[in-house]
Amino acid sequence: MKIHDIAHARAGDKGDTSDLTLFAYHPRDFDRLVAEVTVERVRTHFAGIVHEEIECYLLPQLGAIKFVLRDALGGGVTRSLALDAHGKCYSSLLLDLEISADPVEARSAGQDITHHQPSTQKP
Amino acid sequence: MKTIRIGSGAGFSGDRIEPAVELAEHGKLDFLVFECLAERTIALAQQRRLRDPADGYDPGLEARLEAVLPICAAKGVRIISNMGAANPLAAQSKVVEVARRLDLPGLKVAAVTGDDVMPAVVDGDFAVAENSQPVRALGNRLISANAYLGAAPIVEALRVGADIVLTGRVADPALFCAPLIHAFGWAWDDWFHLGQGTLVGHLLECAGQITGGYFADPGRKSVPDLARLGFPIAEVSTDGAIVITKVPGSGGAVTVRTCKEQLLYEIHDPAAYMTPDVVADFSAVEVNEIGPDRVAISGATGRARPEKLKVSLGYRDGFVGEGQISYAGTGAVARGKLALEIVCERFRLLGLEPLELRGELIGINSLFPSREVDDPGHVSEVRVRVTGRTETFEDALRIGNEVETLYTNGPAAGGGVTKSAREVIAVLSTFIPRGLARPEIDYAVT
Repeated sequence: MKIHDIAHARAGDKGDTSDLTLFAYHPRDFDRLVAEVTVERVRTHFAGIVHEEIECYLLPQLGAIKFVLRDALGGGVTRSLALDAHGKCYSSLLLDLEISADPVEARSAGQDITHHQPSTQKP
Repeated sequence: MKTIRIGSGAGFSGDRIEPAVELAEHGKLDFLVFECLAERTIALAQQRRLRDPADGYDPGLEARLEAVLPICAAKGVRIISNMGAANPLAAQSKVVEVARRLDLPGLKVAAVTGDDVMPAVVDGDFAVAENSQPVRALGNRLISANAYLGAAPIVEALRVGADIVLTGRVADPALFCAPLIHAFGWAWDDWFHLGQGTLVGHLLECAGQITGGYFADPGRKSVPDLARLGFPIAEVSTDGAIVITKVPGSGGAVTVRTCKEQLLYEIHDPAAYMTPDVVADFSAVEVNEIGPDRVAISGATGRARPEKLKVSLGYRDGFVGEGQISYAGTGAVARGKLALEIVCERFRLLGLEPLELRGELIGINSLFPSREVDDPGHVSEVRVRVTGRTETFEDALRIGNEVETLYTNGPAAGGGVTKSAREVIAVLSTFIPRGLARPEIDYAVT
């Protein structure tokens, strides 16, 4: 199955950086997304597009995972040669990522994955 | 408790006008804000100003104001916009002209200037944030330098009684945060409320992107009456509580999902959303539906503003040429690939060496370059796209021309050629001390 079955997404851009956020439709699928959609999987999925590090932020109360892809827009919307210079289509491409159909298997597969937390905690 | 209603009348320069009219007419608004200035827009506007000193403001200013000004004047809705672009004073003159033509006397129109920091940047010793090179190295390719101003000059113009405030480059959320600071008297170091106000701005600044635009995915995410998509309203209370809604009966939807997508749009680190007024923290924000098309958003905060101001640098970055041609039916992909090979070979034979070259098949791999081309399965049509960066306009033209010659010199049955060539105005950024940007406000009465 594809992430598209359990999540929606939005893409944005700032300069040469693409900003992709993934949202679980249902809270029960959030842990599964975190386990399956790792930075490494995103890097592999976007091979040829992303050239620098990928930052990842988890927002459990929103069921959201944010990926920030540096050096991923061919120099940015103002100079990129790409047809989709903003990378607006990247959100749909992300939702095409295949995940395992069995949520239990997915959770155990992702246990050793670490993610960034937002840089400060709420007061 | 006092509640302020702010409508978002545009999310970009080319946005639809009808939703702004609907908001002005039926939104029970206190303020109507138009955000029309993207990263590069101000550099392009600066070029228009260089050609004509009376130009350089948003090309849609006159049409937008003609549409909403009679309604806003009648209902006492105050207008805030960055449609001043590279020339807020010329925009002010245009708005005064429009108001007089519409017989709307007595409106105070403020123009905020001071974001243009070109002389200070040229004279100074600053580094480009993206590559650490000196800004000076851009030489005469640099065409604009605009600092992102904060909310302060807008708040001051509102205090003095402006009905319409026109700015150049200000941080997008500041356009929305300013009327809240004005209405509620928040202090400039009240980081909590400035964080809440910045959240309001961030949620509204893309207009229809929170009411169901950029959202629909048939079969998974439906949006009612998207053709008549309405634009959002924020209801903000004295304590900073936020409700996002829209005009009843307008198209689109305000739901937890539309709000969550916009909340996290383009912000990178959710705990450190940088503006000139505050470093806002959205990392603990919660989103709750409290009624049909009514969503409460809470939990933003903030901390002390950054020391320096970000400056957007517009510069000439060579030229780009492009050509496209279509192939259809059995073998379309093979003929498309052959066409790409031929064009590249002809560039070599002609000695044309683009600084960067991209050839792709639209429908196969133009949006996802790493996708396999060899076995795409059956496709009924493909469109060849060749684009390259060059040092001269003439070379950029030659790229499209070599696609066009595929009509009679390429694979069978190529059709529908388009070609283009343009100068590239690109954008970089730097940071300057706050004191180098000196905002000023000029007033005119209609």
